[in-house]
Amino acid sequence: MWGYYVGLALRSSARSKALTALVIALLAFGVSACMVSYAVFRATTSDPIPSKSSRLYMPQIDNFGPSSSGGEPPNNLAYTDANALWQAGKANRQALVFPTTWELTPGDRTASSVSLGGDAVTADFFAMFDVPFRFGDGWTSTDDAQHGSVAVISHRLNDRLFGGGNSVGREIQLDGKIFRVSGVLEPWSPKPRFFDVATLGPLSAFDDVGDVYVPFTRAIDLKKATPYDYCPSYATDLGVTDWDKYLHSECVWINAWVELGTSADVQTYRDFLRNYADEQKRAGRFTWAPNGRLRNLTEAMTVLHVTPKASSLSMLVSASFLLIVLVNVVGLMLARFMRRAPEIGIRRALGASRGAIYRQFLIEGATMGCVGGIFGVALTLLGLWGANGLFEPKIARLVHVDASLVASTVLLAIAATVVSALYPTWRAAQTQPAWQIKVNG
Amino acid sequence: MALNRILTQLRPIVAALTRHKVATLLIVLQVALTLAAASNALFIVATRVVHLSRPTGTDEAHLFVIRNHWKNGQNATQIDANLRADIAALRRVPGVRNVFSSEAFPLEGGGAMVLGLKLKPEQTTRPKISLVYFADEHAIDTLGVSLVEGRNFRGEEIATLDRYDKVTPPGIIVTRSLAHKLYPEGSALGGTVYLPSGPTKIIGVLASLQGAYAGSTTRSIDEDSVLIPARSLDPDGVVYLVRTDGTSMTSVIDTALKALQERGGVRRIDPAQGVITLAQARDDGYATDRSVVLLMSVVCGLLLFATAGGIVGLSSFWVSQRRRQIGIRRSLGATRGDILRYFHIENFVIVSGGVALGGVLAFLANLCLMHVYELPGMPLYVPLWGALALWLLGQLAVWGPARYAAKVPPVVAIRNA
Repeated sequence: MWGYYVGLALRSSARSKALTALVIALLAFGVSACMVSYAVFRATTSDPIPSKSSRLYMPQIDNFGPSSSGGEPPNNLAYTDANALWQAGKANRQALVFPTTWELTPGDRTASSVSLGGDAVTADFFAMFDVPFRFGDGWTSTDDAQHGSVAVISHRLNDRLFGGGNSVGREIQLDGKIFRVSGVLEPWSPKPRFFDVATLGPLSAFDDVGDVYVPFTRAIDLKKATPYDYCPSYATDLGVTDWDKYLHSECVWINAWVELGTSADVQTYRDFLRNYADEQKRAGRFTWAPNGRLRNLTEAMTVLHVTPKASSLSMLVSASFLLIVLVNVVGLMLARFMRRAPEIGIRRALGASRGAIYRQFLIEGATMGCVGGIFGVALTLLGLWGANGLFEPKIARLVHVDASLVASTVLLAIAATVVSALYPTWRAAQTQPAWQIKVNG
Repeated sequence: MALNRILTQLRPIVAALTRHKVATLLIVLQVALTLAAASNALFIVATRVVHLSRPTGTDEAHLFVIRNHWKNGQNATQIDANLRADIAALRRVPGVRNVFSSEAFPLEGGGAMVLGLKLKPEQTTRPKISLVYFADEHAIDTLGVSLVEGRNFRGEEIATLDRYDKVTPPGIIVTRSLAHKLYPEGSALGGTVYLPSGPTKIIGVLASLQGAYAGSTTRSIDEDSVLIPARSLDPDGVVYLVRTDGTSMTSVIDTALKALQERGGVRRIDPAQGVITLAQARDDGYATDRSVVLLMSVVCGLLLFATAGGIVGLSSFWVSQRRRQIGIRRSLGATRGDILRYFHIENFVIVSGGVALGGVLAFLANLCLMHVYELPGMPLYVPLWGALALWLLGQLAVWGPARYAAKVPPVVAIRNA
């Protein structure tokens, strides 16, 4: 039956070539525009760490107050609060993170020193974010407590400095200080770079991660701040006259993350955050009601506006494009099916039931959808190749084609055509056999 | 007269359309959706194009920037000496017109110091936020901005500023935009404003100069810049802004880097990102806008193609359905012109219906987008232009089928299909 109907569809397509070509071209364009946008959208909204994201939370504390924060607490924490949360240790694991730049002095004295990007982190960072190690391991909480001069380096830096060999225990010089390598990472670059994007800002969300990680406490000793801080006021003198005053100011610049296993843990941690803010209020530091947040990773990425606007906008525009194409296809299908009223009349007169007419035309719709989908895949591939010109390179290179994208392109095209063929098919099935035969008799 | 004839033809056309409600409705809907989507998309394109061509107020074609990081372990005195030596060396480079050092540069996308300015020390209303460039007496000439009121800094006014030093300049130079915000009536020149660390005087007003934050996102303070007479001794580093005589900068950049390299031990300049021309900074800063513009244009083109295709398809179907009626009209004396006109007017009527509905949809869509994407309200002329385009597109699309219809010979009326 299927084969017969597909055959009929092809034969009728051959009779009205222009109309068929138009429907297929429209479908292919509509579907591929959607799939190109979807591929980019999928890349920019992807979960950076699927195995863990449901357990990772970003605590926020409102240390600016309603007059500066406008009701929404800052995305980062001030050192005072970050340190307090970390010391309290109320979560299974907790990481403090801030991006830093280091000056690396090569062992070879004649070579000039270079800048290295990276992050200052606490010991839990590696286990919490499933960071893969090639050699060695992260450091321990003892190193954190002792402000240890240890470092974890990327495979890239390891290749450059140590020729890719096991460099655990070797030394590197950062800002003129000696650090012992405790681990070398496998290639690892979560997209988005979720763990410090609150400091770096959404424009850096899809940048590659840095090359060197050192203990948070040690970096603070070395007065490593980040230029991307955010202070509660630009108009009053904050009294920041030296590093120590800066460190204990209300300026925010530290990303905090906690790992919480169960929803009960989450509630307990929420209570802890509220109690902490209450305490600060009692101590006179805050003069406003606690206004903290505890967002999971997905919510945090939304609040931090990680997905570029161009990506969500293109999703919206191409979805409306597909809608318009579908309205179009309904009209064209109607034309196509109505033109065949005599044929339907004869089929009905020869004993075909309405159900048979429904099947015939829906299968015809699906066949055209399938062909449209195949062309759509080709156009999607072309579009993704062109995405390099449409999107920023660092976003375009995240976009990839896989089997699921190809399958969903074809499925979307078939579903879209079948849906738009519903009304024309119903009209076709209403054809009165006698009337058709009489008129054309 | 011609109008009268068209009007008398209108009634049968509308009457005929009511016999094809669904097909008519589909084209109306299609035109409406196209108008709503295309006018919003084109409006976004237009705002983005305006946005990404905003001038910085500087002589962009002749400016480049060197991001200079100081090597660790140098004290303020050493850094100051290096800074002076660097500037002197850069000024000696052939092809360099002028140089100054700052903490930020136009189109950088961030990095500038932000200061709130008050008119009274005890002011409780929100201070005016300004974006700072550290500057010296060469800054105005280097940037190529024009001083419209007051005077330039003098050499002796330039202070040195360590990272945590308070900013207490004797005088500042502001942009006209900022001056106007501070003093909506009257001149800002000579006025006293209060920085977080104390009072200062406005000694000059610039025509325009964008702050370092200007880029893909819009802020109301993009034009509110202030020049502070200071040399930053921040141990992290400074940026050197260099204005060249000619527009071909490659050789000047090479020579400038060589000149700095003579005392290379005190600094680090990233080989990849250490030097950037303002033209490059503009490309980088507005990358998002460019991708939105391209994307929207491509989709708009596809949309119009789809709509035109739909009209051609349905109109030819109608023509083929009405061959017999056309034949009867022709044998009753209708000319080819009459038939042609019939289809053109019919198309106009349908598209007009779509335009009316689409106009409403366009404004509704614009309202939603205003919330989500910080778009301004769409002026009326955008959907009007869109409507005009769709009317034209409709007439063009129906031209083929209408001509085909006009060719139907009268004999069809008496022949059996």
